[in-house]
Amino acid sequence: MSATHPSAAGTAVLRTEVRLLSREPGALFWILLFPPLLLVILGSIPSFGDPQTDLGGLRTIDVYVPVAVLLGPIVGGLQSMPQTLTGYRERGILRRMSATPVRPAALLRAQMLVYGGAALASSLLALAVGRLAFDVRLPGQLLGYVVALVLTVLAALAFGAVISALSRTTKVAGAIGTAVFFPSMFCAGVWAPVQTMPDVLARIVGWTPFGAAAEALNRAAAGDWPGWDHLAVLVAWTVLLTAGAARWFRWE
Amino acid sequence: MSVIEVNDLRKSYGGRPVVDGVSFAVEEGEIFGILGPNGAGKTTTVECVEGLRVPDAGRVRVTGLDPVTDHEATSRVLGAQLQQSELQAKLTVREALKLYAAFYPRPADWGPLAERLGLTDRLDVRFGKLSGGQKQRLFIALALIGNPRVVVLDELTTGLDPRARRDTWELIEDVRESGVTVLLVTHFMEEAQRLCDRIAVIDRGRVAALDTPAGLIRRSTGATVISFTPSAPLAEDALNALPALASVDHRDGRVTLSGTDETVNAVLTLLARSHVTAHQLRVTEATLDDAFLDLTKEETV
Repeated sequence: MSATHPSAAGTAVLRTEVRLLSREPGALFWILLFPPLLLVILGSIPSFGDPQTDLGGLRTIDVYVPVAVLLGPIVGGLQSMPQTLTGYRERGILRRMSATPVRPAALLRAQMLVYGGAALASSLLALAVGRLAFDVRLPGQLLGYVVALVLTVLAALAFGAVISALSRTTKVAGAIGTAVFFPSMFCAGVWAPVQTMPDVLARIVGWTPFGAAAEALNRAAAGDWPGWDHLAVLVAWTVLLTAGAARWFRWE
Repeated sequence: MSVIEVNDLRKSYGGRPVVDGVSFAVEEGEIFGILGPNGAGKTTTVECVEGLRVPDAGRVRVTGLDPVTDHEATSRVLGAQLQQSELQAKLTVREALKLYAAFYPRPADWGPLAERLGLTDRLDVRFGKLSGGQKQRLFIALALIGNPRVVVLDELTTGLDPRARRDTWELIEDVRESGVTVLLVTHFMEEAQRLCDRIAVIDRGRVAALDTPAGLIRRSTGATVISFTPSAPLAEDALNALPALASVDHRDGRVTLSGTDETVNAVLTLLARSHVTAHQLRVTEATLDDAFLDLTKEETV
């Protein structure tokens, strides 16, 4: 019996999901365009271009580039993906796929690849805008930056998978997504970059996935290895959240 | 070998048995109906056949395959149209057909399939913009795209207007003509009577009867219906004393009796003996509707 090529089916599912995301202008705006746009707005504030002594001589725009880099993974992982995935379950799309030779896990994988890819693209776009428009130096420790960024995206996707696992309906997924969205943005340093947070707060924030991500990215941007402690926090979150998602996720 | 075999299937949810010992076999090339009131366990039964649910007990085989342990192999020979499932709203008909074709080793040509289902001028329309009938036709197409030997259609015509329903029936007959065995779940008597070679009536998780539509009607107690308007009233006790009588009904001076051929003869004798003329005398076969109500009636009261 000639077997279905699982890779061919998987590719077809992935291509479909890419095409479907390209038809969601809202999601595309918030994941891909909003972070660089925020950077452009902040960069247009004249004082943000002056070196600050409390930032160790960095300009405000310099510390906001890693923040903007984190926005794509946060929006894509915590808001867009869980709502899409929960909708697929709610409307029986995963179920319909269960009745074919392809397992619905193919759809889950495709979703993670699509939103992971979009989140990475968003991060690269933010780096590029920072470099080209505001002369922000590219990360000094490139490998460390890439490692930290990939771990961040994985943690965000795992977080999103847990949200989807715990949400019966798209509405619930949206509500949980928003509830964790603002704390995550705070930890990433949207309101106050982690460098400017009081010591105790910074330490607490460092234990959260996006706080750890922000610190790791900042270090790598400055040219140092991101720090095993922050990377370990990201890995720990990814492992825990993935285990939770695997345990609680329901296909129907 | 039967295409589908179900033996003493059992499934409970939270201790409540939903399917309670169902057995039937579907033969190659037939349209086999599963008929029953809402909540009778029809959908759970076919979900076990599709491998979407794991039975608590009993044996299910699809072309000799176990739908749970051999799920992938089963889904290559069994195409399914599920009750209440959707596709991504922004996926077009063409994309859906191509996507699902990519899931199977030897898929049907999606172009001719779309044409057969009248979807050719809808290929670029997104799923969310399709009418109910068009969605159902697309789901039939997706059930057929893997070139299956058997398709399971669950409440296919629920929510369709009468015209679309009739079109869908013709489609199902076409599907059978092309050599595909059909397992059809429905609660429409007319649909079952028109399409099915054999029907299993499922009630409260059990098979209440399994026969051809005509056989089901024959075996119900009121298989023949006699109605007439008598020129003078007939004695009630004389009517009630008729042999093999199943029911008596008076409405607007018209008498309707159900029973068997024996009842018909006795009524004619009674009329002649009482010198009563029967105007507009009609003798008709009961419908599957009547048989169904008789087979599934509550044994309480």
